[in-house]
Amino acid sequence: MNDEYAGDSSQWAFGTGFEDPLAGVDTTVPPGVDPAELAAYCLMLGDDALIMSQRLSEWCSRAPDLEEDIALANMALDLLGQARLLLTRAAAADPGVVPVLPEGSPVPAEDALAFFRDAEQFRNVRLAEVENGDFAHVVVRLLLFSVARLAVLERLRTSPDQVLAAVAAKGVKEVAYHRDWAGRWFLTLAQGTEESRRRLEAALDALWPYQAELVAPRPGFGVDPATVRDEVDAVLDQVFAVSGVERPDRAPLPGTGGEGAHTGALAALLAEMQVVARAHPSGRW
Amino acid sequence: MSADRREWPLYEVFVRGKRGLNHVHVGSLHAADDAMAVRHARDVYTRRNEGVSIWVVRADAITASSPDEKDPMFAPSGDKVYRHPTFYDIPDNVPHM
Amino acid sequence: MTTTPVEPEALEAAFEATIARHDRIEPRDWMPDAYRRTLVRQMAQHAHSEIIGMQPEGAWIGRAPSLRRKAILLAKVQDEAGHGLYLYSACETLGVSRAELTDLLLTGRQKYSSIFNYPTLSYADVGTIGWLVDGAAICNQVPLCRTSYGPYGRAMIRICKEESFHQRQGYELLMTMMRGTDAQREMVQESVNRFWWPALMMFGPPDTDSPNSARSMAWGIKRNSNDELRQKFVDMTVPQAEALGVTLPDPDLRWNEERGHHDFGEPDWDELAAVIRGEGPCNAQRMAHRRAAHEDGAWVREAASAFAERAGAR
Ligand SMILES: [Fe+2]
Ligand SMILES: [Fe+2]
Repeated sequence: MNDEYAGDSSQWAFGTGFEDPLAGVDTTVPPGVDPAELAAYCLMLGDDALIMSQRLSEWCSRAPDLEEDIALANMALDLLGQARLLLTRAAAADPGVVPVLPEGSPVPAEDALAFFRDAEQFRNVRLAEVENGDFAHVVVRLLLFSVARLAVLERLRTSPDQVLAAVAAKGVKEVAYHRDWAGRWFLTLAQGTEESRRRLEAALDALWPYQAELVAPRPGFGVDPATVRDEVDAVLDQVFAVSGVERPDRAPLPGTGGEGAHTGALAALLAEMQVVARAHPSGRW
Repeated sequence: MSADRREWPLYEVFVRGKRGLNHVHVGSLHAADDAMAVRHARDVYTRRNEGVSIWVVRADAITASSPDEKDPMFAPSGDKVYRHPTFYDIPDNVPHM
Repeated sequence: MTTTPVEPEALEAAFEATIARHDRIEPRDWMPDAYRRTLVRQMAQHAHSEIIGMQPEGAWIGRAPSLRRKAILLAKVQDEAGHGLYLYSACETLGVSRAELTDLLLTGRQKYSSIFNYPTLSYADVGTIGWLVDGAAICNQVPLCRTSYGPYGRAMIRICKEESFHQRQGYELLMTMMRGTDAQREMVQESVNRFWWPALMMFGPPDTDSPNSARSMAWGIKRNSNDELRQKFVDMTVPQAEALGVTLPDPDLRWNEERGHHDFGEPDWDELAAVIRGEGPCNAQRMAHRRAAHEDGAWVREAASAFAERAGAR
C-alpha cells in the first residue's frame, strides 16, 4: 500500500465502467453559450442526481433482499457519478457559483457545491428530496424521476456543450436501466398481492403532486423539460395501462425546486449530508 | 418468526466475460422470475459492466450427470438435498470479470 | 438416480483421500455429517458477518465528507452485501436455504463477527475499519481460498479480490487525513486506539481455548490457527502504522529479534466473551436493524412471488 493509490478512483471496486466519460472531450464553453446559463443548467441536473442519490443510498442495508440492496446501491452510484460530473462542469463554466471557502482550503469545487450551499441554493426537484417511505415509494419515485430524466438526457446528447453531451450519453445508458428497474417493479407491485397494490397506489398518490415539476418549462440554455412532457406522459400512461393503475387525479404542487422552492425535507437531508464536511472546512479527505 | 413461506427460487448465473470466451458459472442468486434473475445477475455479478452476456437458469432445472457406482465419490447420500450442484469449476488463476 | 449401495467405509476413505491430496470436496460428493455441519456453520457465520458488517460503515454513507469518498464508501458497503450473498449461495450448495440461514441469524442461533458490535464514532472509523478490520479479514480469508470445500473456496477468491480494495481505500483515507488538519490527525489516532484491540480479537480466542479448531484444520476447512493469523496480522500492521504516523495502543508491542516476530499484549478475552454473549455496545441495535429490514421487505418478496406465479400460470 502506498501513495500510488491516492487521487485516482479508477481502481476501486465500484462498478467496472472505468473509462473516463470525458476523455478527449472539448471542455471549452462553446461560442454563443452563456457560461452562467450553462452553469445554472448543470447545477439543476446535477442537484437532481445528487439529492436522488442521497435518498437512494439511505436504502443501503435496508432493502427487501440482498439482490435489491445491491441494485439500489448501483443506481445511487450511477446518479452520484452524474452529479459529480455536472457539478464540476457548473463550476468550470462559471466559477462564481462555487461557495467561497477559507483561504487555502483543499476542498474541490464539486464538494464546495455539494457541502457548502444551503437549501435555498439547491436547484433540484422536490420529488428527489422528500423523505423515503416504503419500497413502493422508492419504486414510484424512481419511475417518475427516471422517465423524465431519460427523456431530457436523450436530447442532451446533441447539446452544443461537449461536456454536457458526453455526460448525457453516459447517463442515458444508466437511467434507461433505472427506468426499466422501476417500471418492472411498478408492474410487479401493482399485480402482486392486495397489500402491494395498496402500498403502490398510496405511494403514487403521495408523490404525484411532485410529478408536474419534472416537466415544468425552464427557458434558457439546455433542453427545456417542458418539451419532453408529451413523451413522459405517454410512457407513464403505458406503465399505468399495463399495470392496471389509474393515473392519479391530484393537483400539482405550485413552484419548482429550480426556482428554489423546497420542502423542509431538503434542509434536514443537507444537515446530515454536510455535517462532517462543514466541521472541517480545511480538511483533506 | 419463521422462515419465509415462499422463498424466491435459486438461479445459477453464467457470464461471458468478453467476446470469444465461453459462458462461465460465476455464482447464484435468488429471484422471483427469469426476468428479475437477469437483472439481479447484472447487478450482482457484472456490476454495471456493459458488453457482457448473461445466462440464468433455475437451479432446479439443471440435470446432473448420473452418479456412477464405480466411483464412490458419486454415491448418492440418501436423504441429503443437493439443490445446487456446481458443474463448472473456475480455476483459481482465471481472472474475474 | 442409481442407488446402488456403497459401503460407508469406502465413502469415508475416499473423502479422507481427497482431503489428503489437498483436492476439493464438491457439493455432490459424499461427506461426513460433521464436516457438512461445520462447514455450514462457518460459512453461515461468515455470511452473517458480511451482512451485519454493512451497518457500522453504512451509517456514514450519508455523511461522507466528499463526493468521491461517498462513492467509494457506498461501493464498499455494497460489496459486503455481495460477499454475504456469495457465501449464502455457498451454504445453499449444502441444502440449507437462505431463508433458513436468515432465520438462524435473526433468532440469534447463529453468530456474526464480534467486531461489528462496536460503534463507529467518526469518519476516521471508515478508514480504520478498512485498514484494520478488512485487513484482519484478509488475513483470515486469503488462506480460505484454498479451503477444502470447492464452493467456499471459489466464493473466497471473489471476496478476497474485492477485500484488497477495501483495505486500500481505508488506508488511503487515513493517509489523506494525516496530511490534513490537526483535528483530522487526532481523529485518526483516536479511531485507531478504539479499533486496535477489537481487531486483534477478530481472530478468535487463543488456540489453547479454541476447541473446534484442530478438527477444522485436519479437514482443510481452516488453514491456520487463530494465534498464527493474529501474529501475522500484527507483523503486517506495525510497519503500516509507522508509515501512517500513528501509534498502536499497546505498551508491550515490540520487535522480538529472536522470534523474528513482534511481541504484543494480551487482548481482553473477557471483553470478547461478553461481546459474543450479546453484551457488546451495539449487539441489540445491529440485530434490530437487520430484523426490521427483513420484516419490512416481507410484503415485497411475497408480492414478487405472487406476480411470478400468476405470470407463470398465464
Ligand atoms: Fe467483505
Ligand atoms: Fe470488506
